[in-house]
Amino acid sequence: MLKLRKWKSILLLLSLTLILTACNGGEEEGEGQASTGNGSTISISGSTSVGPLAEKLAAKYMENADVNIEINQIGSSAGITNAISGVSEIGMSSRNLESGEEEEVTPTIIAFDGIVVVTHANNKVKDLTMDEVKKIFTGEITNWKDVGGKDMEIVVVSREDGSGSRDAFQEIVDYSSGELVRSSIIASGNGNIKTTVATNEHAIGFISFEYIDDTISTININGVEPTAKNVIEEKYPLSRPFLFVHKDLSEESQAFIDFILSEAGQEIAAEAGAIPIIEE
Amino acid sequence: MPNPSEVKQTNKSNRLKYIMEFISEKLFLICALISVLSLFLIIGFVFFKGSNPFIADGYSFIDFIFGSDWIPSEDKYGIFPMIVASIYATIGALVIGVPIGLLTAIFLSEIAPKPIAKIISPAVQLLAGIPSVLYGVFGLAIIVPFLQNNLGLVKGQSLIAVILVLAIMMLPTIVTVAETAIRAVPKTYREGSLALGASPIGTIFKVVVPAAKSGIMAAIVLGLGRAIGETMAVILVAGNSLIIPTSLTDSVRPLTTNIALEMGYAYGTHQEMLFATGIVLFSFILILNFVLAKISSKGGK
Amino acid sequence: MRKFKDNLLLGLLWFGAFLTVAILLIIVGYIFYKGIGLINLDFIFGDYSPVGGGGIWPMIITTIYTIVISLVIATPVGILAAVYLQEYAKQGKLVRMIRFATESLTGIPSIIYGLFGAVFFVTTLAMGMSIISASLTLTIIVLPVIIRTTEEALKTVPASYREGSLALGSTKLQTLYKVILPSAMPGILSGIILSMGRIIGESAAIFLTAGTVAAMPEGIFSSARTLTVHSYLVTQESGDIELAAAIGIVLIVMILALNFAATFISKKLNKADY
Repeated sequence: MLKLRKWKSILLLLSLTLILTACNGGEEEGEGQASTGNGSTISISGSTSVGPLAEKLAAKYMENADVNIEINQIGSSAGITNAISGVSEIGMSSRNLESGEEEEVTPTIIAFDGIVVVTHANNKVKDLTMDEVKKIFTGEITNWKDVGGKDMEIVVVSREDGSGSRDAFQEIVDYSSGELVRSSIIASGNGNIKTTVATNEHAIGFISFEYIDDTISTININGVEPTAKNVIEEKYPLSRPFLFVHKDLSEESQAFIDFILSEAGQEIAAEAGAIPIIEE
Repeated sequence: MPNPSEVKQTNKSNRLKYIMEFISEKLFLICALISVLSLFLIIGFVFFKGSNPFIADGYSFIDFIFGSDWIPSEDKYGIFPMIVASIYATIGALVIGVPIGLLTAIFLSEIAPKPIAKIISPAVQLLAGIPSVLYGVFGLAIIVPFLQNNLGLVKGQSLIAVILVLAIMMLPTIVTVAETAIRAVPKTYREGSLALGASPIGTIFKVVVPAAKSGIMAAIVLGLGRAIGETMAVILVAGNSLIIPTSLTDSVRPLTTNIALEMGYAYGTHQEMLFATGIVLFSFILILNFVLAKISSKGGK
Repeated sequence: MRKFKDNLLLGLLWFGAFLTVAILLIIVGYIFYKGIGLINLDFIFGDYSPVGGGGIWPMIITTIYTIVISLVIATPVGILAAVYLQEYAKQGKLVRMIRFATESLTGIPSIIYGLFGAVFFVTTLAMGMSIISASLTLTIIVLPVIIRTTEEALKTVPASYREGSLALGSTKLQTLYKVILPSAMPGILSGIILSMGRIIGESAAIFLTAGTVAAMPEGIFSSARTLTVHSYLVTQESGDIELAAAIGIVLIVMILALNFAATFISKKLNKADY
């Protein structure tokens, strides 16, 4: 008898947990619906560089609009694939479309972004030519003293093969993935590169403008400072577009894109560290 | 003498019992077979996806295994550096993690004063549940800078960092499982050995530990599973470079890391090659399990 | 000489244990030290904010979803499977195959489960990147853990218990749920706790099956982000060790609470037993 009671109490406990969590979920669902109403869902997926900006835009947009926006940060190529296959309505990309992709989806530029070469905060090297950058990333220059720094080994930090940022960077600096110095550290996100560079005196890497802060030192390219202004005036070479790629758009999605391209939307982009399309 | 109707009653309930026994046994069997089914499904899907480039698109499997260039954007897929990195990292973690873990397990079950064991055992068990990502965060925040600043490496992200993180991560799993196994050894074994004049320590190492062999093997397999399976923590400390490591200080890219790092971006052949990477990883583990199963069945005899 | 050897071994045992405890204390200590500053009610119960400074409530709910769904399936299946292997099956090809399958499942890297889940549940069964896809993947991940620990627990039940019960005329089934399972309960529970730990701690498999949407899930078919995935992503993308550590504290406290609950339950059970 005693044992039966024990078993019952276990069962009770289990079901209680279940009900509790179910209730909890239910409540949340209720709340969720209160804010999003019965509006439809826009599913977006793609670049981890565009992602943070898209999230901020979506949060602002959902304050006034009757839609729910789902954003999955899974990388540029996967996002474009999703947009082509229809898994997501919109794909985010931080690189230009390749030839096979161009025929399938339409790109809309939602903002521009600069890529900045960064080093450890203590590194005295502040200026590199494009050629030096290329030689460092392809392993021709392996010591900081060759570019005016201390006598110490250079540790190259790059993104993974297939990253939109890496594609864009390699295209502009003009070297291929095969030429990238083999021993370079491969980091899987802007933040990862930033932390790696910020904690290693030997390191050099590249990140999106959005991620610049004082834990790292930024490098001028050919003497031009990496600022939004210099990108817009086409003085600073390392920049690329942030794209939304899609097939035919639903009304809701079109409205969201219109919002992004509006002055209010571009202001948010500027606040997030991206470079707006229209100059203020 | 029971009357006839009572006998009939008993017969009927006996039959019911028999049917219940039968049904429940089959139900248990089905549950046990679910794991077999899952394994087949997993193998099937991963192999189907991963073998596609070699069967349909004419890529060479030998080049895939022994090639040292992994440049997906240039259609080069060679995973030899990653295979080497995975093997080194796992062996390294085993060499460090297993002895420490087993010593701790023996200590907790045989030597430690009860109050101490009562505090430490549950604490270690708790740590088995700590998300591996946190070990990665710790590795990145403490181990990597330590290697860089105190040991003077040019980069802390290295094979040795991976080994340390994996070894630490295995510890709680090995300790918890091995301790349970050692505790399960019947008291009579110890008493018998002591009565024959063996020292307490001798008893532990010559009688108790061998008796708990199958459980200890289980502990090592589980620990190993955790080490090999670890991806996210390793990404943070490995450096993920595509070179064949020649020293502990080289940054490396184990097989798991390759998959996680590029899965988000990969599509088409590149994605299928990541599944193929999965197959290689998978084969290693199947072989390993096979070997360990052989060892433990021998130990059992 | 023997004495010296014994002392050496004893010293080694103390050293090993000391090392383990020290390492683990340092890790937990570091995480608390780094993250505690961020912990407050708003952080735990607040909604996520992409702008920063928001809470982690959606990730907590997502984590609870995955735990409950996968354990509701894996626990009964796992326990019954272990019972079959330990109490019913005769040694033979079938049992060897099942054992081999379970052991192999244990060793499969979670990233491969992730690959499988992404092809099977997400694409083939068209569940999409969702909590349910992740939970089903997790079910397979924890199944071998539950089977193995339940088996070990069943092994520790003395044969005399079974013989006694059977001798008194109970059927095998009655013996099982009145005698064997109750005495193996503490072991089984510790297995379930280990599995919860594994679920809470899983990141790679969830990353590929549940996606990374940082919002309150609307149901089990929503894409969502668990606590560990969140902790990984903030380390990766923003390099924010403090935030990752703060999430770590929440995770550790969750596991701690689970452990206390389990210890409490198994103590109660043991008392009633003897």
